Amino acid sequence: MNDKNKIIAGLIIFFVVLLFPFWFNLIFGAADAATAPEPELTDKAKQAETCVAETDYMRTEHMQILDQWRDMVTRDGKRIYKAENGKEYEASLSNTCMDCHSNKEKFCDSCHNYTSVDPYCWDCHTYPEETE
Amino acid sequence: MNAAYLYSLIAVVLLGLISYAGAEAAGLEVLFGVIIPYLALIVFLIGFANKILDWTKSPVPFRIPTTMGQQKSLPWIKHNKFDSPYTTGQVVIRMVLEILLFRSLLKNLRTGFGKDGQKITYKWVVWLWLFALMFHYSFLVVVIRHLRFFAEPVPFFVTMIERVDGMLQIMLPNLFISGVVLLAGASLLLLRRVLLPKLVYISRPADFFPLFLIIGIAVTGLMMRYVSKVDVVRVKELTMGLATFQPSIPEGTIGGLFYVHLFFVSLLVAYIPFSKLMHMGGVFLSPTRNLPNNSRAKRHVNPWNYPVKTHTYEEYEDDFRDKMKEAGLPVEKE
Amino acid sequence: MAETPKPEKLFQNIDHSLPDEPWEEIPPDLSEGRFCYPTKKKNLNYLDLPATTQDEWSPADEEWPIPDNWKEIIHEGFKDRLEKYRSLKIFMDVCVRCGACADKCHFFIGTGDPKNMPVLRAELLRSVYRNDFTTAGKILKKINGGRPLTKQVLKEWFSYFYQCTECRRCSVYCPYGIDTAEVTMMGRELLSLLGLNINWVLEPVANCFRTGNHLGIQPHAFKDMVDFFCDDIEEITGVRINPSFNRKGAEILFIVPSGDVFADPGTYTFMGYLLLFEHLGLDYTLSTYASEGGNFGLFTSSEVMKRLNAKMYAEARRLGVKWILGGECGHMWRVINQYMDTMNGPADFGEVPKSPITGTVFENAASTRMVHITEFTADLLRNNKLKLDPSRNDKHVVTFHDSCNPSRAMGLLDEPRYVLNGVCNHFYEMPENTIREQTFCCGSGSGLNTEEIMELRLLGGLPRANAVKHVHDTFGVNMLSCICAIDRAALPPLMDYWVPGVGVTGIHELVGNALVMDGEIERTMDLRFEPLNEETEEDADE
Repeated sequence: MNDKNKIIAGLIIFFVVLLFPFWFNLIFGAADAATAPEPELTDKAKQAETCVAETDYMRTEHMQILDQWRDMVTRDGKRIYKAENGKEYEASLSNTCMDCHSNKEKFCDSCHNYTSVDPYCWDCHTYPEETE
Repeated sequence: MNAAYLYSLIAVVLLGLISYAGAEAAGLEVLFGVIIPYLALIVFLIGFANKILDWTKSPVPFRIPTTMGQQKSLPWIKHNKFDSPYTTGQVVIRMVLEILLFRSLLKNLRTGFGKDGQKITYKWVVWLWLFALMFHYSFLVVVIRHLRFFAEPVPFFVTMIERVDGMLQIMLPNLFISGVVLLAGASLLLLRRVLLPKLVYISRPADFFPLFLIIGIAVTGLMMRYVSKVDVVRVKELTMGLATFQPSIPEGTIGGLFYVHLFFVSLLVAYIPFSKLMHMGGVFLSPTRNLPNNSRAKRHVNPWNYPVKTHTYEEYEDDFRDKMKEAGLPVEKE
Repeated sequence: MAETPKPEKLFQNIDHSLPDEPWEEIPPDLSEGRFCYPTKKKNLNYLDLPATTQDEWSPADEEWPIPDNWKEIIHEGFKDRLEKYRSLKIFMDVCVRCGACADKCHFFIGTGDPKNMPVLRAELLRSVYRNDFTTAGKILKKINGGRPLTKQVLKEWFSYFYQCTECRRCSVYCPYGIDTAEVTMMGRELLSLLGLNINWVLEPVANCFRTGNHLGIQPHAFKDMVDFFCDDIEEITGVRINPSFNRKGAEILFIVPSGDVFADPGTYTFMGYLLLFEHLGLDYTLSTYASEGGNFGLFTSSEVMKRLNAKMYAEARRLGVKWILGGECGHMWRVINQYMDTMNGPADFGEVPKSPITGTVFENAASTRMVHITEFTADLLRNNKLKLDPSRNDKHVVTFHDSCNPSRAMGLLDEPRYVLNGVCNHFYEMPENTIREQTFCCGSGSGLNTEEIMELRLLGGLPRANAVKHVHDTFGVNMLSCICAIDRAALPPLMDYWVPGVGVTGIHELVGNALVMDGEIERTMDLRFEPLNEETEEDADE
């Protein structure tokens, strides 16, 4: 049958497209792509020992807290956030978060880039390196 | 009347529970996170290739396109090139329109009886076409978007699609339209099967099972993103392990929901070659669509064409010679 | 058979509500009037086809006369066909039961029987396919929609594959182009392996094999009948035509469905052909051997189809014609357009068809060497080669029924319309969802044109009749034209029942009426010996 070759060619093309991740990573991928980047803590962050919540919670929910803070500050004018552990923080990305995590590139961006997340925090906020 | 959907629903829920418990309580992360996904992929590749090659083995003995428009005949009669294609190029366009736009479904009519009870009516209906289009395209976008978990660095086209998909810029994390449309499309297709009497009557467990599975995939996916979040960095660590053949279960918890999601996807992928979902390959090979309507101009060859017993003219004349001569009809042998 | 109820009643009785039981559990209705009579054994024997174990039997019988190893025969036959036809494999595998086809079948619309939905008709075969030939089916059995082949399944096949006219309407709407005609053809081939054929198909097949035509008309009788038409033509027009038979060296071999030689109103169409060729002075011949364009083998098996079709090329070769011209027939043209060249070609005679009148070369028929009469006539009209008086058809308000096969297996849509518009002045189309590629079957195609299932045929033909009724009520349409011999046999009773007052005609009957022949007398009658128009009748009375 003269269509046999066409069908097999089609099948191969389909499989090549389908298996994109395997060959793409092999050719273009970084060697350590299967190891997630570890966000780097500054000395100050290490000293603080704990963030506004547990680490695991922060890993998945930090964007929700920031969202909540923004609404608190800009809509309700409240600037004080009371954490679970009873401590109070100023609800501010630049002044509170970035105070410890002043290394955006190695802290924020490393994970965001790895998972292709493009937050719009920096559309308005500036970050420390830039001001220097 | 039709318990088919109940069986399928129960099956999917049970499978979900098994994987949740397995990963969360029994410590079977390696089974659900590594072994089953790899197995599923292997089953899919072998099964899919097998099915296609099996189809290929059978020839297409006759050129039998369904013509849905004017044939090419006299030069001044307008030829309908895409519904009654004459050349390979025209066939390709017909196929592209069919596969990318589901053109045949767009012709759908609803047949009904007029109020006076003496008239048959036909109404153009687009719902099936619309739901199918929503479902398939959103699924495609969702699949492409998931490449962010399977490629490092994340390719530009993935980022581009994410940007378009998230253009509403609502909710946090940013809402991807495709996820919601996928759930809606699958649910609407399911509703048809549950609510329309004819659909209820023709549906089988094999129709409900993949729908529930896909709804399960969409629901767990949406939950992981918007409700009960999982740690995407660890997820990517796992998926990248799979994609680079260095499988490992990352330290720290990912969450049972993720394993349910991955298990559902694995099931779906492995299920495809053995089910109606093979329409994804079959649609390319349907002889009523992928052949040109030119069998009078160009001979189509049947590889198994074999000689048959016919009644030859000589035999015919032998049967009727006297009568033919009497009637003055010419004969070969006097 | 019970008396057929009045049309309004029959229509209102159509029940589209669905049964409570799943369709697998509902036995087929094989009561008198719901099935076609099985074939007599002599036809099978004559053709060397597998026969039933006893001659006289009825599908209503509990036990059918089939060999003990019937399951094995069907299984092997199924396997064989899966290996031969990719279409069968694909159509068995890919259906998603989306329901798009469900209400597209004229038999479903007319009967409300769920197993007449194309999807379920195919499931009849598919369920056995899953059980016997797929991995998933072997493991999951019923859950996967498989079921073992039983006698009830076999009866179901017989019932429902002979309630499908292979019209292909469903395949237009299917997103994967699944063609129930293909499924039905395979189903019928499998039944045929056990000798389970219907007489209305097999008798014509046996006739055709022996005499060259379905009706069993022997050569001398064939000539007599045509001579008889010539007498009628002479009486009506004053022109004497002497067509030739089996003449070697003619330029064109003309082949018609034998129904046009045999029964009204097809005979008038035949007279139209004769007038046209005389008008042109065409160098053509008729054949008593290839005296059938139609092919009931198509409704039996591909092998039988090939056996009957072989005579067309054989005769063309023997007579040494340049090409073949084919008359108005539906399934004949499915065979010619999609099967003939492949089965019995290549056409090693003659040349690429070229109209001797206009010089037009029919490139689209370059390989088969066979042209449809409406292609031929449309070309003549376009080139102003015909002297016509369309007003002779003025008493007819005409609509056109696209026959299933020319529309969906050929795409012959505009040629007949062009001819119609050239030969009559009052032409109206039926609603768009019922014509062209969406046309409805007459309800009697694929060998179902038999008396014993008249009520089924009337129900199957209802969607067609209902569309005619619409133009009858709206525009006063009183003549339904078509290009199919089965239509010409099946539509008159359908019209008489649902839309009384609408006649049926072939296109070339209208051509014959309109043609102004050299040396003709003043025409007062049409080819039916009826007054050319109503006024003439009154004038004559006065």
